[in-house]
Amino acid sequence: MKGSAAIVKCLKEYNVDTIFGYPGGMILPLFDALSQDNDINFILTTHEQSAAHAADGYARASGRPGVCIATSGPGATNLVTGIATAFMDSIPMVIITGQVDSNLLGKDSFQETDIFGITMPITKHNFKLNNSDELMTTLHLAFSIANSGRKGPVLIDIPKDFFSANIIYSPIPVKPVLPQEPDADFSICIAEAIDEILKAQRPVIIAGGGVILGEAHKELISFAEKYNLPVVATLMGIGVFPNSHSLYMGFAGLHGRKAANMTVAQADLVIAVGSRFGDRQTGNIEHYIHDKHFIHIDIDPAEIDKNVHSSIGLSGDMKTILQLLMQRPATNSLTAWWKTLHAMQQKFTYEYNGTYDVPNVMHIISKEINKDNQSFAIVTDVGQHQMWAAQHIKRFLPKTWFTSGGLGTMGFGLPAAIGTQLYFKNTARIIHISGDGSIKMTGNEYYTMATLNLPIISIIINNECLGMIRQLQKVFYNERYFSCNLPHKMDYVKYAESFGIKAYDVHSIDDFIEAFCNALKNTMPQVIVVNISKSFVEPMTNTSTGINTFIEF
Amino acid sequence: MKYQIAILAENKPGVLTHVSGLISRRDFNIETINAGYTEENDVTRINIVVNAYDKMELNKVIHQMAKLIDVIKIVNISELPSVSRELILVKVKADSAQGRADVVNIANIFRAHIVDVGHQNLVVELTGEEDKLAALTDMLSCYEIIEIARTGPIALSRGIIPIKNM
Repeated sequence: MKGSAAIVKCLKEYNVDTIFGYPGGMILPLFDALSQDNDINFILTTHEQSAAHAADGYARASGRPGVCIATSGPGATNLVTGIATAFMDSIPMVIITGQVDSNLLGKDSFQETDIFGITMPITKHNFKLNNSDELMTTLHLAFSIANSGRKGPVLIDIPKDFFSANIIYSPIPVKPVLPQEPDADFSICIAEAIDEILKAQRPVIIAGGGVILGEAHKELISFAEKYNLPVVATLMGIGVFPNSHSLYMGFAGLHGRKAANMTVAQADLVIAVGSRFGDRQTGNIEHYIHDKHFIHIDIDPAEIDKNVHSSIGLSGDMKTILQLLMQRPATNSLTAWWKTLHAMQQKFTYEYNGTYDVPNVMHIISKEINKDNQSFAIVTDVGQHQMWAAQHIKRFLPKTWFTSGGLGTMGFGLPAAIGTQLYFKNTARIIHISGDGSIKMTGNEYYTMATLNLPIISIIINNECLGMIRQLQKVFYNERYFSCNLPHKMDYVKYAESFGIKAYDVHSIDDFIEAFCNALKNTMPQVIVVNISKSFVEPMTNTSTGINTFIEF
Repeated sequence: MKYQIAILAENKPGVLTHVSGLISRRDFNIETINAGYTEENDVTRINIVVNAYDKMELNKVIHQMAKLIDVIKIVNISELPSVSRELILVKVKADSAQGRADVVNIANIFRAHIVDVGHQNLVVELTGEEDKLAALTDMLSCYEIIEIARTGPIALSRGIIPIKNM
């Protein structure tokens, strides 16, 4: 069997039904094999970066490795931002790049790039094939590595001649299931953790993206309910805890809701579940850890004690750990703590007054998409609109909120929206929220969205500036605004229409309500351009002091 | 603080780059690094001396390295009873009979070997721990040292248990 045919067969064995990519000389043999196949839906994007983001989006929605392919040289280097985005958010991906013929390697041949070297720090693991015989074992390893433990992207670089080499196909190897040995130390840690929880006066759970990857949101809800623990979510953890739940305190972090940040700041015990204490979550680490105990639950043992020294670190399968933590009766009483929390919830409620600003726009989106049973998922880009969406759009289930958390990649939104929509098909509809900065980065993917006729509603918050940069320049650079204003008029409606996409021009809150409700009735791709004045995202915590101190605008 | 780390890894292309890249990426400094074959054909042993602020910092980088797919085992040898050795070759200028005799004498005192001699220079070979090597180079610096090559330390734990079984 030819190498390229074996790859296609292998992908199908792993239930890969959709792959993303862009052609080029060194990957053409694989494209040729795909052309002979009817089962895999190949999605041609307009740029390799988008192919990577789309595969990433597909993986976030499906929970299975997203697959993308590109050619050597510029094709491969264009993938880099997409791979790094997936790596920072622990998203499983298998990336196949074509490479120059093995006899041309190391000779600065046309479109030769050491993508193995380039992607080493941004992949969970990567492979450079030296021999066509290694192809099958490498493919199987790549899928197994990408989707096990702490998930992540895996890249395989394949010289072009290996695609046409004759190889012997080998099916997915059957792995022996090793019996789990009960670890005495682990049981002691679990017991100590329960003691800590029962002893704590002001405990809080921080729920992160790891809960989604560990598929443990039901266990998390039971765990929180059992001990009556307040829950905050990180940016990646939005949706793991129902936003309407009485224990939910909101989204915490640099731009978190005040009540959520105050809860974390005042807590004496932080139980971090699938969160890695990123600096956008903790702010100043010295202030953050002051007078607190930490229980850290994470699948990756290297995360325990990395950013915050934990009293108790529990590394392993999140579902199992949460179940073990529910073994003993809840004898804790948190009446005083909840009195404080309820007071904070009331004090910091956001009043939506219908004025034409982004929080009110987000509130309308939230209201409309959460109205009936039809399910929606939000995919955001990066910037102010992302923070406003995180603060104001209510989510009730995991995998209904997709965003680039760790890397903060502008341009992630639209291609990721395409990837997630392709997975959900007609079971859920994607609302893509972007800014005028982000959309200029990968807006060319409107071409792909239109080609595939996807029912995505893409909302551009157009405030004619890079809002987050402007905000940082206001706070930290004494309002010396530079390279953040985008005053040249661009007609985003015409832009969308040039791809054959229906677009709405919005200049008031009533315009928006009308446009959005209209868009919801249609099933074709649509763009809503929300022309709105510049403003600042509040709250914003003061990073040099605690996360409960806020910058006034 | 310097720590001696021993890593057993799959003998595959790129494994040394994976390990060294990770250490620099996590903001640690490699003092020395060397790698070589072991008693098992498909296993490479990488010996590293890293500079870390304290043991907690060191453990962070050990945990990160343990995650590398090709890494089989990683042990902090510094905290075990162990023997450590490094090999150094020093090319010293000695263009007179007296100079050569002096260098040979110094080498003898350190139980070093003269492994090459020419009309103008000698090459001295010494194996030992870091301080012994430092003492030799200090003495030889009274003459003109032309070139030095050293391997960086390698170490084995004492007792019968190899690190792969620890």
